[in-house]
Amino acid sequence: MEKILVGLKRVVDYNIRVRVNSDGSGVETAGVKMSINPFDEIALEEALRIKERGDANEVIVISIGSSDCQQQLRTGLAMGADRAILVTTDEDTDSLTRARALLEIVNNESPGLVILGKQAIDDDNNQTGQMLAALWDRPQATSASTIELSGDTARVIREVDVGLETIEVDLPAVLTVDLRLNEPRYVKLPDIMKAKKKQLDEIALGDLGITAAPEIKAVLFEPPAEREKGVIVDDVHGLVTALNEKGLL
Amino acid sequence: MSKILIIADHDGVALNGATAKAVACAASIDGAQIDIAVFAESAAGIAAEAAALDSVTRVISVENVANKNLIAAVLAPQVVAISDGYSHVFGLSSTFGKDLMPRVAALLGVNQISDVMTVESPYVFKRPIYAGNAVLTVEAPTDQTVIATVRTASYRAVGSSNSAPIEVIDVAADLPSHTRFVELQAGSSDRPDLQSASNVVSGGRALASTENFDLIYALADKLGAAVGATRAAVDAGYIANEFQIGQTGKIIAPDLYIAIGISGAIQHLTGIKDAGTIVAINKDEEAPIFEVADIGLVGDLFSIVPELTDALG
Repeated sequence: MEKILVGLKRVVDYNIRVRVNSDGSGVETAGVKMSINPFDEIALEEALRIKERGDANEVIVISIGSSDCQQQLRTGLAMGADRAILVTTDEDTDSLTRARALLEIVNNESPGLVILGKQAIDDDNNQTGQMLAALWDRPQATSASTIELSGDTARVIREVDVGLETIEVDLPAVLTVDLRLNEPRYVKLPDIMKAKKKQLDEIALGDLGITAAPEIKAVLFEPPAEREKGVIVDDVHGLVTALNEKGLL
Repeated sequence: MSKILIIADHDGVALNGATAKAVACAASIDGAQIDIAVFAESAAGIAAEAAALDSVTRVISVENVANKNLIAAVLAPQVVAISDGYSHVFGLSSTFGKDLMPRVAALLGVNQISDVMTVESPYVFKRPIYAGNAVLTVEAPTDQTVIATVRTASYRAVGSSNSAPIEVIDVAADLPSHTRFVELQAGSSDRPDLQSASNVVSGGRALASTENFDLIYALADKLGAAVGATRAAVDAGYIANEFQIGQTGKIIAPDLYIAIGISGAIQHLTGIKDAGTIVAINKDEEAPIFEVADIGLVGDLFSIVPELTDALG
């Protein structure tokens, strides 16, 4: 295939313990490390491997958000993507808006595959890939743990509740990836330098004919309910006694 | 009045018991009329189970050979075709619901609310974000169909003493052939199902090998418990993916959860925070699992777990 499109979402780094801000309007992001959504990194790694096997010619990374997303796109370029597209907006975007924006880019670029993370670790929504596939009227294979291409089809093993499901989809298609698909490569310093020269195009969300305006309103962010502090027992006897007292044995 | 359609989750033969938890969520909306749709090749048995669930008004059975393997791209246009007149369409936060519902939402041109944990009003819901580090209250517009998945661990299943009418209908929709089922490798186990079990015994990276997981199985069998695992244990190949608990695995709410050799990464804790009692066995007394454990035992799992298994007679 000619092109693979990979979505990279800028999210709070997965090692950060996120805290709700004092007025409940969001979570603290000031001074917090931001990274590529880990699932999206796996998506990019897979696209790069497909290209390195000779099954694709170009890997394009795309992000939607403020100009800060350039950082994550540059990291994607340093990993090996050929060029980047940033759809700029300073507004919060919901999954449907993102899917609509991706569809516009898909219509411009005609990729053989769109590979996305199965979910973003900030909103944990797990929606955008399925929505893009629906709007594009193309197949989806979500939560992929193995992807094999042959001609105009992809055979995908999906991680599902009862085990592993294999499906076959005609290309072009949208794939969303799970954790065990691959282990993303580390970026090397020379690649970071090279990435600075790679093409990064910006287009405003509004210029794609899309308004952000989330339809589902975020009313209040709250910290989760805390569990009460428990007891430490000394040995197995103490554990069995404590379980018996709770009527659990 | 809210008119809610729930898309049944099933394996082609039996209803997924968690569907009864999605009904409980729907029933927490005052005065809701609740219908369940069963899409299957052969739906009668599943529909009968759905019709028995309390609070259900009606079961809609859509039989089609194309519905044999629950392909999202095949089902979504059918769900859209029958969604007219419903104020809400709910799925489960199962891998099936997660695959299907956003596709339905996009076809309807609306957003989706994932993982509903509390209903505040017919259009206001709470859901976890950031691996459960925050709870977000969202408000959906009242002039659109609410598409949502239900975080079933937040609900207790409704009872099964109902006998709602079952309507068998044909759905006219163009179904794609671009997505084809090949095979399903389902783990076979005599142990209870992880998502519905009252007791769960779970192992982490510290188990260090597939063989050592036998310690987990032995204790689980003594307790009649299901077995679970952390991402680290699954990544290391000690146990299959369907046993993973956490942000990207299964979210569970057993009465008793025994975490063995599990440090307690936030991504894991989000999958167990609704458990009734959490027991942690870990050699590192600083492990974060002890911050959420009701009962903690610091020590070497390789001596403690066999001793505990024996002690349970």
